[in-house]
Amino acid sequence: MKPRQGWGTQIEWECLGFDFPGLRIETRGTRWIDEREAGGEEPDFLEEDLLGEGILKGMAETAKNFAGSFVSKERLTTVEYPEERIPTIENARVFPFLVYDTGDWEAGLRCVACQICEKECPPKCIYIEKSKDKKPDYVGKPQAYPARFDIDISVCMSCQICVEVCPFEAIKMDNEFELATDDRFGGLLLDRKQLAKSNEYYHQIHPTEAAEVDARLAEEKAKVEAKAKAAAEAAAAKLAAAPVAAAAKPETKKDGGQG
Amino acid sequence: MIDQADQVFVLLQHWLVSFLPAGLQQFAAVLLSVIAIVCVFPGLFALTTVFERKGLARIQNRIGPNRVGPLGILQPIADGIKSLTKEDVVPTSANAGVHFLAPLGLVVAVFMGFAVLPMGRNMVLVDMDCGLLFFFAMSASTEVSVFMAGWSSRNKYSLLGAMRAVAQMISYEVVLLLSSVSVVMIGGSLSLTKIVAAQDQYTGIFPHWYIFTPWGLAGFIMYAIAATAETNRSPFDLPEGESELVAGYHTEYSGFKFALFFLGEYLAMFSISGLGATLFLGGWSAPLSILNWVPSWIWFFSKLMLSIFVFIWMRGTLPRLRQDQLMNFAWKFVLPLTLLNLMVTALWRFMGEGIARWIVCSAILLVAYVVMGRVEMKSEHFGPRSYRYAD
Repeated sequence: MKPRQGWGTQIEWECLGFDFPGLRIETRGTRWIDEREAGGEEPDFLEEDLLGEGILKGMAETAKNFAGSFVSKERLTTVEYPEERIPTIENARVFPFLVYDTGDWEAGLRCVACQICEKECPPKCIYIEKSKDKKPDYVGKPQAYPARFDIDISVCMSCQICVEVCPFEAIKMDNEFELATDDRFGGLLLDRKQLAKSNEYYHQIHPTEAAEVDARLAEEKAKVEAKAKAAAEAAAAKLAAAPVAAAAKPETKKDGGQG
Repeated sequence: MIDQADQVFVLLQHWLVSFLPAGLQQFAAVLLSVIAIVCVFPGLFALTTVFERKGLARIQNRIGPNRVGPLGILQPIADGIKSLTKEDVVPTSANAGVHFLAPLGLVVAVFMGFAVLPMGRNMVLVDMDCGLLFFFAMSASTEVSVFMAGWSSRNKYSLLGAMRAVAQMISYEVVLLLSSVSVVMIGGSLSLTKIVAAQDQYTGIFPHWYIFTPWGLAGFIMYAIAATAETNRSPFDLPEGESELVAGYHTEYSGFKFALFFLGEYLAMFSISGLGATLFLGGWSAPLSILNWVPSWIWFFSKLMLSIFVFIWMRGTLPRLRQDQLMNFAWKFVLPLTLLNLMVTALWRFMGEGIARWIVCSAILLVAYVVMGRVEMKSEHFGPRSYRYAD
């Protein structure tokens, strides 16, 4: 079969459309197809495009771009990065940081140096040393704290596994990406002081997630407090009931079951 | 006052020369003109590089260079310093002498072309009787430099680029010459100043430029196509096709030698645009007789920069041709049309004044263009190529 000559027809086509919150990927474009594919007839000798017509159309298109880029902001989409920047989307994540609650970063760290993240980290970029002494955590329970907590961000692969395994909501993902330094080793090994960032900061960068975390922590704290209160009440009741304990045996049994 | 503005450079030259003894005056006058040419056109080249980058960027909806100086206007200075301080690498197996001479030869040959271009009223370095011939001789000798560069580099990409360049430049040289011949036929002279003078007349307020005649328009279009190919500009930039040949004939050049090639390419663009303006667009003459008060050199340089803008515009629009398309286009389409145009020009010359020659000449050219365009585009050599196993 003799191959068809000529340029054919341009059609619109579309492929690969995703649309999920915050991100929209879509490829749309035009494609040249054959007359036969378009279902039309071969054009007549006189109906065909004049030689050079396509060039003029193309020149008109680029002229439109040239002039349009001076007047329409929509055409000129460049963001001149160091001077202007678009806000990062909420789900952006770069490297992990440690959350602290109160004003003092050292006292307020949620991390209890349980070392789960250190063990789970696939590229092994977290280095933790557990403290010898203990300090009270957010519910007032004495817990160990990290005497040393380093993350080597030249090794970290931003997988977020440390965040997912942390039972204390102590490590979260940051969206700070301007971390370039001229110190290749020391500059990229962040210690706990550099990693510590306040809960308010966390609220700023990931508001939805931070609110959820706060609600969860408050709930847990309330549960613990309720439990402590119940235990205290039970202890008080027990104490009150002690003189008559011998007389009322089934009651004590019931209390014990609750405790 | 108007005359003085028009002749300001000529008067300046006379004034400067008048301080010297009589014996030296003629030599000094030529020297001054040469210095002016050697300063003005590389300066224009520096401006053009940054405007080209910014123009292309705008065509592609980008901003373009804007870091060096206000709006990036000092970019060429940064580029110049960079290319001057870069290491000059010569391949071990290259023919060092030829490798060194090629960029020099290119720039010198290109500069020679400016000698005969009239850049304003009375502003021409050498008013040669055979100026057009001299210009083509000089622009043709750039091919030698290009081939020297490709051959001496001892690199397959350089050699392929040089072979392409020579094939392309020789093919389009024919078209370039033949499309200019029609101007010589009507103007009756090979001297570029006489050609401009013939166009510097007005009917009412409209000028007698050759582009406003059927044969002139056709000739100008074919001249523009050939000039684009001759200067290796997109869409005819196969000799340096970076997607397949790294950088073509100047692959093995770095530092200032590369900058010289770059300069040579742009200077060739200026000189060939200048010649196009001289032959078809009335050179330094004003587009309307009422605008005659504007100095003639302003008109020449505006026409030049307008052509440069079109060059950039085309570069931003058209994709590169394939080698076989390029050659077929030159030999099977443009060349026959140029020959036809020569005959039409002769017809125009001998039909005498009147409306009849306008109708006859336009009809012949238009019919030839439409028929040849359709027949050729249907033939296997043009249009999309179909690959037997890829479909």
